[in-house]
Amino acid sequence: MHALSVRGLTKTYRNGVQALKGIDLDVEEGDFFALLGPNGAGKTTLIGIVTSLVNKTGGQVRVFGYDIDRELEAAKSCIGVVPQELNFNQFETPETIVVNQAGFYGIPRRVARQRAEKYLKQLQLWDKRDKMARGLSGGMKRRLMIARALMHEPRLLILDEPTAGVDIEIRRSMWDFLREINAQGTTIILTTHYLEEAETLCRNIAIIDGGRIAERDRMSSLLRKLHTETFVLNLRNAVSAAPRLDGYAVTLVDDHTLEVEVTREQNLNDIFSRLSALGIEVLSMRNKVNRLEEIFMRLVEGKGANGAAEAAGVNEAAAARRRGGMR
Amino acid sequence: MNETAVARETEAPPAPPIDLGRVRWIGFWTIVLREYGRIIRIWGQTLVPSAVTATLYFVIFGSLIGRRVGQMGGFDYMQYIAPGLIMMSVITNSYANVVSSFFGAKFGKHVEELLVAPLPNWIIVAGYVVGGMVRGIAVGTVVTIVSLLFTHLHVHHVFIIMGAVLLTSMVFSLGGFINAVFAKNFDQVNWIPNFVLTPLTYFGGVFYSISLLPEWAQKLSLANPILHMVNAFRYGFLGVSDVDVVRAFVIMIVAAAVLFTFAVVVMNRGTGIRD
Repeated sequence: MHALSVRGLTKTYRNGVQALKGIDLDVEEGDFFALLGPNGAGKTTLIGIVTSLVNKTGGQVRVFGYDIDRELEAAKSCIGVVPQELNFNQFETPETIVVNQAGFYGIPRRVARQRAEKYLKQLQLWDKRDKMARGLSGGMKRRLMIARALMHEPRLLILDEPTAGVDIEIRRSMWDFLREINAQGTTIILTTHYLEEAETLCRNIAIIDGGRIAERDRMSSLLRKLHTETFVLNLRNAVSAAPRLDGYAVTLVDDHTLEVEVTREQNLNDIFSRLSALGIEVLSMRNKVNRLEEIFMRLVEGKGANGAAEAAGVNEAAAARRRGGMR
Repeated sequence: MNETAVARETEAPPAPPIDLGRVRWIGFWTIVLREYGRIIRIWGQTLVPSAVTATLYFVIFGSLIGRRVGQMGGFDYMQYIAPGLIMMSVITNSYANVVSSFFGAKFGKHVEELLVAPLPNWIIVAGYVVGGMVRGIAVGTVVTIVSLLFTHLHVHHVFIIMGAVLLTSMVFSLGGFINAVFAKNFDQVNWIPNFVLTPLTYFGGVFYSISLLPEWAQKLSLANPILHMVNAFRYGFLGVSDVDVVRAFVIMIVAAAVLFTFAVVVMNRGTGIRD
């Protein structure tokens, strides 16, 4: 059973922008699915159409078999959505927000109050249930939107950048929570700019770019396609030049740091033994960029100038991550 | 995908997992309760101002100026204007509630909570409209209580009073909803109440009988729907009206039906709310 099935989906906005140019996509029931793409690629438009916030131009969308053109209410009842932007009434309390949302899905008040307690506690918002929502921190507001989306216990949960702007500790606790929800049978579609997040959580992936699906595969299969990885080595003692290691491209970043490109056929033991022979001691090592990020950048950079411009946001994010060493 | 899954894909879609009728019913009442909660939460903005304004009208127009006016339509001036002032508060508050609440939901994006929910647009419209009616009638009740401090209100026909107030608040709640759907900024939320509703209300027989006007002005006044609403309501209290009460009810029912249909059509088209 497909939780989501999309065929020939197109969207042209009134200003002439063609956001989707014929998307075909299936997401299996129970999957944890990553939908990635640079800014402006069409992810949010696709999610908007599935959740009926955006009118499609053409094509077909089915949610658990329900066609959104013919059985919109049944399709919507299966979906919970956590949007990219905050979209709750900031002047209401978290409890009111989630209880009302349950009501919009036909959940009686008594049941809604029980579920509100359950999900607000799970997302560590119970002690804030009577505070006005605008006074919550950014991370709390994000968690509130997750709690709200779960109130009708949807079969398909769509998360559009749910951890944007959330600190690492809360992000990791949200990952654990989402894993648990998925393990209980909820299909999850996740869009994120934190590619480490997608790699950690998701089993299948689609990369959307320029309104088309650029790649659709199992996460593990996609990562195997990566032929070279760059490792950053931190050295105990300073070196004045990059050592020569035949068969490897070695770059001196600074006197204590080397970058080494390694192909799938080569192995790290060989590098370490050669460095040892040269008297160079390695203190620590890390991937220069996340593996998925590497593939992602290759896919979105392997296009024309327009695509490169669209990918600029992700390039900046990737560059920031490289500088900051997120992992 | 296995064979069973393929077979299931080609079969007719399974029955809805939920009772959509129940969803609609609970969804509708949730919208109404949310609107009620909003009215109570900001009572200083929703319930009090009309009571203050009505008190000023009764003191200045009714008590001070009204004494010199004498009788109107066979009743004390204060008694004559009381139904009109009640109806004026119902009109302005029904309209204001829906236009500000729905536009606020658009502006704050929390209208999306409703748009993603399995509720048809006519339920969303109906929920907001009933919310507007709740405020219109609540404020109307407050103003009625205030009016009782200044004058005696005779009830000629209770069902006409109830029918007129329900239909009028419905019509103006729908008007407020449509205004909110098309409004792109706060100026456009205020434009119709300031430049259309207020003049129509003041020329709608709240403070005078149109029999005082020259014939051409009387005919022009009959084109004003608020005149019919105010007079139907006044008839319920005093038993006098400048217009045919049956025609007034037909106008209100037709206006409500047309506006409701229009509101649902624009919602279905996604005007102002969907890309």
